[in-house]
Amino acid sequence: MSYKAKFKVWRGEGGEGKLEDFTVEVNEGEVVLDIIHRLQATQAPDLAVRWNCKAGKCGSCSMEINGKPRLGCMTRMSTFTEDETITVTPMRTFPVIKDLVTDVSFNYEKAREIPSFTPPEGVRPGEYRMKQVDVERSQEFRKCIECFMCNNICHVIRDHEENKPAFAGPRFLMRIAELDMHPYDVADRQESAQEEHGLGYCNITKCCTEVCPEHIKITDNALIPMKERVADRKYDPIVWLGNKIFKRAK
Amino acid sequence: MTQTTPDAPVRRQRAQIKVRTLRTDRWWLAPLLTFLALSAFLVYGVWAIFDGSYYLDPYIAPFSSPCLTTSCAEGARLFGWAPIGDWYTLPPGLLILGLPGGFRLTCYYYRKSYYRSFWLSPPACAVQEPHGKYSGETRFPLIMQNIHRYFFYAAIVIGAILSYDAILAVVHKPLGLGSWILIANAVLIVAYTLSCHSCRHITAGRLNHFSRHPLRYRAWTFVSKLNAKHQPLAWASMFSVMGADLYVRLVAKGIIAFPFA
Repeated sequence: MSYKAKFKVWRGEGGEGKLEDFTVEVNEGEVVLDIIHRLQATQAPDLAVRWNCKAGKCGSCSMEINGKPRLGCMTRMSTFTEDETITVTPMRTFPVIKDLVTDVSFNYEKAREIPSFTPPEGVRPGEYRMKQVDVERSQEFRKCIECFMCNNICHVIRDHEENKPAFAGPRFLMRIAELDMHPYDVADRQESAQEEHGLGYCNITKCCTEVCPEHIKITDNALIPMKERVADRKYDPIVWLGNKIFKRAK
Repeated sequence: MTQTTPDAPVRRQRAQIKVRTLRTDRWWLAPLLTFLALSAFLVYGVWAIFDGSYYLDPYIAPFSSPCLTTSCAEGARLFGWAPIGDWYTLPPGLLILGLPGGFRLTCYYYRKSYYRSFWLSPPACAVQEPHGKYSGETRFPLIMQNIHRYFFYAAIVIGAILSYDAILAVVHKPLGLGSWILIANAVLIVAYTLSCHSCRHITAGRLNHFSRHPLRYRAWTFVSKLNAKHQPLAWASMFSVMGADLYVRLVAKGIIAFPFA
């Protein structure tokens, strides 16, 4: 069954712009990205939107729908009432290139700051031997599609842009946790997580977990365990002493 | 998402949206309810600490256990032990309040709830916070949240004592409603304590090779299952400790006086 839905869509280049009103046809089974495409086809041919797979796996169509970060391709129109006005805006944390397309290069810069997987000296690719139980914790984090909605919603940088140089965001703190938990990674991740990547800024309000389209438990399984590892290292004299005396293996 | 350009384009401004949020749902409801519930707990706690009716054989109110002063009734003392002498004249509950209180205050779940509902940092996801600056838990005093694990150790002891109190009550008054209320409370308190993120870390979370520590891995697996319920356990144990404490005080005051009370 079709109906006409009211939309407000952010239009503009750079930061300047405004919400423009549209009335668009909606058909059964459609998602918000379908409606944005219909807008392009019928009313606003220059409307910019980034998209790719339409299956919730590429992370391209991240946008804010009624104020919440969502994937356009995974947000069904049936979740809204027919008389509801739906507001679509670009991700608020990143600079706008045009309309709904943001410049997410902040994330790539942060990714480059994290040293890659560092195996022990003398162990070459092909010689890693790991049991499933040792790697399955990290495997959860490999589900990340890099939609960057977690970094977008994190208030540390969303509401305080001045924190961007000091804070890597949940996506990359999760990457650090993934490497730190890896049985064959020997790089020192804990000190740098706190001192260089801003783990201490996280106040675990769990918005990153709430918006993750892959349902990764970012806070409970990556950020809090990482905070506990940092506490071992920096804030717990008993663990420090125990490690010194017994040279405990990890 | 894959990067499509080798060099980052010139930085532009983020969208100049003037409103704090474009959310249309009732995002304010959860922080409001949390604020009211936590405030009620704090107000009740202050009243309970200064209320003298914390013991009626065999029940002792959880907020006042363990009772460690000579001013405590003989049966209220833990193993008859009263290490704090006559010189201490304040309510006995004040002595131990900091341990379970500190455990909840530094708990990862409660941190989320009071940062959102009391400090509005942020009040809800995608709702702009009112503060001009933010340094999170990088500085004093919030950097002290890192001592949560020490409160966890204390909470294990407190949980064991509350369990002992409850078992003692059941042994002495097996048909008393209060005995079973204390048992339910002890179960919830212990479950909440064991579901703690620090407990999860201590069991085996700090390890990278689970396969070398099978027993610790099994413990971690068990705690991880409990940990997934940390939020509901935090609320359930908060209401249970408040309810059990109030019940004992009402019985001690004679306000609840039916035969199986």
